[in-house]
Amino acid sequence: MSAVLPISETATTDVEAARAPRHASWGDALFENLTRLFALLVFALLAAIVVSLVVGSELTLRKYGPSFLWSAQWDPVQENFGALVPIYGTLVTSAIALAIGVPVSFGIALFLTELSPVWLKRPLGTAIELLAAIPSIIYGMWGLFVFAPLFQAHVQPKLIDAFADIPGVGVLFAGPPLGIGMMSAGLILSIMVIPFIAAVMRDVFELVPPLLKESAYGLGATTWEVVWRVVLPYTKVGVVGGIMLGLGRALGETMAVTFVIGNAHQLAASLMAPGNSIASALANEFTEAVGDVYYSALIELGLLLFLITTIVLAVSKLLLLRLARHEGEKT
Amino acid sequence: MSVATASNARYRGRKRQNVLMLFISCLAVAFGLFWLVWILGTLFYEGGAALLRAQLYLQTTPPPGDDGGLANAIAGSVVIVGTATLLGTPVGILAGTYLAEYGKKSWLASATRFLNDVLLSAPSIVIGLFVYTVYVARMKHFSGWAGAIALALIVVPVVVRTTDDMLKLVPNSLREAAIALGCPSWKMIVMVSYRAARTGIVTGVLLAVARISGETAPLLFTALNNQFWSLDLNRPMSNLPTVIFQFAMSPYADWHRLAWGGAALITLAVLGLNVIARVVFARKD
Repeated sequence: MSAVLPISETATTDVEAARAPRHASWGDALFENLTRLFALLVFALLAAIVVSLVVGSELTLRKYGPSFLWSAQWDPVQENFGALVPIYGTLVTSAIALAIGVPVSFGIALFLTELSPVWLKRPLGTAIELLAAIPSIIYGMWGLFVFAPLFQAHVQPKLIDAFADIPGVGVLFAGPPLGIGMMSAGLILSIMVIPFIAAVMRDVFELVPPLLKESAYGLGATTWEVVWRVVLPYTKVGVVGGIMLGLGRALGETMAVTFVIGNAHQLAASLMAPGNSIASALANEFTEAVGDVYYSALIELGLLLFLITTIVLAVSKLLLLRLARHEGEKT
Repeated sequence: MSVATASNARYRGRKRQNVLMLFISCLAVAFGLFWLVWILGTLFYEGGAALLRAQLYLQTTPPPGDDGGLANAIAGSVVIVGTATLLGTPVGILAGTYLAEYGKKSWLASATRFLNDVLLSAPSIVIGLFVYTVYVARMKHFSGWAGAIALALIVVPVVVRTTDDMLKLVPNSLREAAIALGCPSWKMIVMVSYRAARTGIVTGVLLAVARISGETAPLLFTALNNQFWSLDLNRPMSNLPTVIFQFAMSPYADWHRLAWGGAALITLAVLGLNVIARVVFARKD
């Protein structure tokens, strides 16, 4: 390519400059460094988020230290704060979401990859993805006005009748049917995570080499046996990665939970009881917080949430990466 | 019992298990679609009437008991989302260009990709908290700018990701052809790579706009809300999601009606953008 250049220019400069006329290599350096600058901005942004949250929560970090994590106090008047109630609420609602969301997502992914006729795959996939596109505030509003009253009138009383007297499990279903509470929040979260988990599961199921499946079918395996004994073991790392992705989403979800969790700072074993999650505590109290300690406590909650979701995401990425590498070795 | 009948019984058992499990799988699909239909159905049943009244678009948010619309909230949302898109898109495209065209598999690019994914899945309320501590707390007042910055921070990782993915799909032979003609690589990227990946990048931007249009959590502590008509980005600004949140949580029936109208409007916009993105992207094939 240097043939098109005047010889005088190429002969004197190094190889890099020989590629193009001088003004162009200047443009190249400029453009490359410009794009690199913006890539580094992503770095800087993340660092800035962590630093600003740490600085913002300095007061409570110093005051309580790690005991912030297991103190159930939340008393703005006495300025005494602990994160146990919101952490508990976040974990419980996310656990309910996964307990319902994972099997349903698995069923949907199975249908989409093994059962669905070809003409149905696209519209069905799109419909499930639309479920992911609906803004979370819509889920929250619908949950508060439509779902919670029905749940309170028709489902909760039956659950309480059926389970409240059983020792052990009964604790989870104790108390009056209020409609709003941790169980409603978990149920609505489960609807929100289904499209995410189902999409990842469908994608990893499609990575399974047809040869493996055909071998199993050739030996007389049923569709279910192929999925359960061939597809799932082959993709288990990716499936777990997808579940973690859904978990990350459930942990950080704000609006849908804020509407229906009840926003009560109390530690209750019953799933029917109102509670609080980290995100909903922030949404409800941050603009009304008075005093530096209160602010600092809320910002520390935000920091905790960010750390938890980042760790969950990192684990899910590592798992999905391992599946991709595994896949690369096989083919 | 002979071997044949025993294995027959086992075979029937396996068949039954298969049918049962596949039936449950169909139920799972029905379960997913059931919520979609129910949620959208309620939304348009409750909000449809409000959507059709011109007042919704012409009058500002009323005090409880008065008649009014959502004009200030709609305008505020459009301004905030528009500003956020203008701020976030160039950053995202340039960073994505670095990843796909220069960084490729270097450690810097891999690390940036990972951090970008962290940003992509960061809870949006944390983004709001961040903008509050670095911008609102310094400026001592809530503002439209703060809201736009918070939403821009959500646009960036989405656009970085799609730009990176879409540029990676551009065949290398196209790049080599341009370079072989003596084209400097910045020109090759702008004139060849961008053009080849254009529909993909546009799709990414549309999806990012769809995502931020419905975001509520980051606006709660940044743009806040404004009862009056205001397009001044330096003052608290009304926006649809916060108004819906405020009105839905209130005890007034007429505020609830407006909230349903706003909710239906936002959902229509978001789903519309998603459909447009899909159509734009499908045209490429």
